[in-house]
Amino acid sequence: MTDIALPAPAEAPAATAQSLTRTARRTRRLAYLQAAPLALVFLVFFLVPLALTVMVSFWEYNEYEIIPAFTVQNYVDVFEGCLSTSDPCTTLRTYLSTLKFCFLTWAFTLLIGFTVAYFLAFHVRSARTQMALFLICTIPFWTSNVIRMISWIPLLGRNGLVNDTLRSVGIIDAPIEGLLYSDFSVVLAFVHLNTVFMIVPIFNSMARIDRSLLEAAYDAGATGWQTLWNVVVPLTKPGIAIGSIFVITLVMGDFVTVGIMGGQQIASVGKVIQVQMSSLQFPAAAANAVVLLGAVMVMILAMTRLIDLRREL
Amino acid sequence: MDVELIRLTKRYGSTTAVDGIDLRIRSGDYCCLLGPSGCGKTTTLRMIGGHETVSSGDVVIGPRAVGDAAPSERGTAMMFQSYALFPHLNCRDNVAFSLKMRGVGKTERRAKAMAMLDLVQMTHLSERLPAQLSGGQQQRVALARALVTGPKVLLLDEPLSALDPFLRVRMRTELKRLQKDLGLTFIHVTHSQEEAMALSDLVVVMNGGRIEQAGDPRTVFERPASAFVARFIGGHNVIVLPGNRRVAVRADRMRLGDRAGAEAVPARIVSVEYQGSSVHVGLEAKGLAEDGTALTAILPDDTFAARPFALGQTVPVGWDAEAAHRLTA
Repeated sequence: MTDIALPAPAEAPAATAQSLTRTARRTRRLAYLQAAPLALVFLVFFLVPLALTVMVSFWEYNEYEIIPAFTVQNYVDVFEGCLSTSDPCTTLRTYLSTLKFCFLTWAFTLLIGFTVAYFLAFHVRSARTQMALFLICTIPFWTSNVIRMISWIPLLGRNGLVNDTLRSVGIIDAPIEGLLYSDFSVVLAFVHLNTVFMIVPIFNSMARIDRSLLEAAYDAGATGWQTLWNVVVPLTKPGIAIGSIFVITLVMGDFVTVGIMGGQQIASVGKVIQVQMSSLQFPAAAANAVVLLGAVMVMILAMTRLIDLRREL
Repeated sequence: MDVELIRLTKRYGSTTAVDGIDLRIRSGDYCCLLGPSGCGKTTTLRMIGGHETVSSGDVVIGPRAVGDAAPSERGTAMMFQSYALFPHLNCRDNVAFSLKMRGVGKTERRAKAMAMLDLVQMTHLSERLPAQLSGGQQQRVALARALVTGPKVLLLDEPLSALDPFLRVRMRTELKRLQKDLGLTFIHVTHSQEEAMALSDLVVVMNGGRIEQAGDPRTVFERPASAFVARFIGGHNVIVLPGNRRVAVRADRMRLGDRAGAEAVPARIVSVEYQGSSVHVGLEAKGLAEDGTALTAILPDDTFAARPFALGQTVPVGWDAEAAHRLTA
């Protein structure tokens, strides 16, 4: 009896320890399983294509084929002539043009987005009206980007609605050139398409501002503008940063809007990549894409350096 | 500065939040607006501070009716219930905020802010953000921020309600000390009668948008004007006498057992609560209290210990005749 009973107390803790590690291992396995779907989506739709792009950007190509070999020629081509200071190279000029659109779009979407969000957050009292107006902001998304762009064409053309109206009213004699297929129309379309990406995060930030802070500012003798600048804007910074990242990345990579609204005459980085793709110069396009990715990442890093997003969220 | 309310009224649509109240608060007084939630006390405070428009009537601060003047023009400053510190500014900049709005230079406003923080013993945390402070510390900063512009009247909206009970008592003492030192008029909204009694020179008990009673705490406690005041201020039994006359008797003036006197009424003991220095005895007596509410008798602990009562026991209950205060309403 004794020799059977004796091992029991010694064994019991060992068994619990074992089962403990087993449960710990099971929970850990479960955690991995729970994270797996998203990780898989990331892997398949983000990391793999990105790796492929980077890989292809180092391949060789000629008129007929793409050759899996290692070369940096594609990158050399991208920056060809960029070291001469007198005449900026094509890449640099393209980037400057894209950056210009980027900046103008950012400035206008920020101005409009902030104003609309401010109106929604602070002037609309009832939550229901607020929600309704907010949904109205998203209605344009029920149609495609391209259709929304194209709908500008009958308005802005030489004999379009705007020119016709201005002429019939007698403000102008000859139609204004450059309403369509110009920098103006490109920026206009960009602002039209992207403002909502500014409105949503800014509104979100503003909705979180405690109303008593505005009263406290009023109590402290701040005017409306002073409250706006000293209380609302600083507390809306995270929303502004997120909106800016949306708008900047969208504009930097765009080729459709620039193509359609620029009458296929205006260069942009995305457009360069698209042209190279259509002539099957995949390695060159890939190299350009990698450079663009780097540029956008630098811009976003600079922005997050200004605002600590992780802390603010 | 004196603060005077004349037929002050606030209506929201068809509901009347504040119903034509008249009140005079003398300069340098600590005034507490006391009442249950929804009685209009906060609305009154906000109208005095210029954060709520006045439907009719007037707020007079010092020599003039303030009308629709902005808070900073009234000489009032408000301390908000949730403190409303700017989360993106550190303590010093929070305090300096109103000075910055007035265009005071950086060095000057920082020096003034530090002086104010010194007054509330917060200089050592001046670089901290509000989120890094405890409730009591945030409150001190809020107080410094309200005081920095040199207001004549300080308005406090339930300033102690967010603190734990221990801290509440400490901050209460400090508020009173500051008020006396600075000689300012404080108007303090609270729903705690204990707080109002401890702090105020003038207690204003409000109910349903009207003032039930305004007076010094002792008067309000000794001679409550209405059954509502007697009940709200606590420590009273509202007793219905034959002929539907109502009197308020302080719970500690109730007499039990053989000390109950000649006109004693039998009552059943429904609760006995030991409170340390006293014992609260809950009593049910037919016809004495309105709609079956229990009466309370507070006995000194030694009296109770010498002659304890048991739950469910029926004892004669009476009170000192001079302790009964006639209620008119």
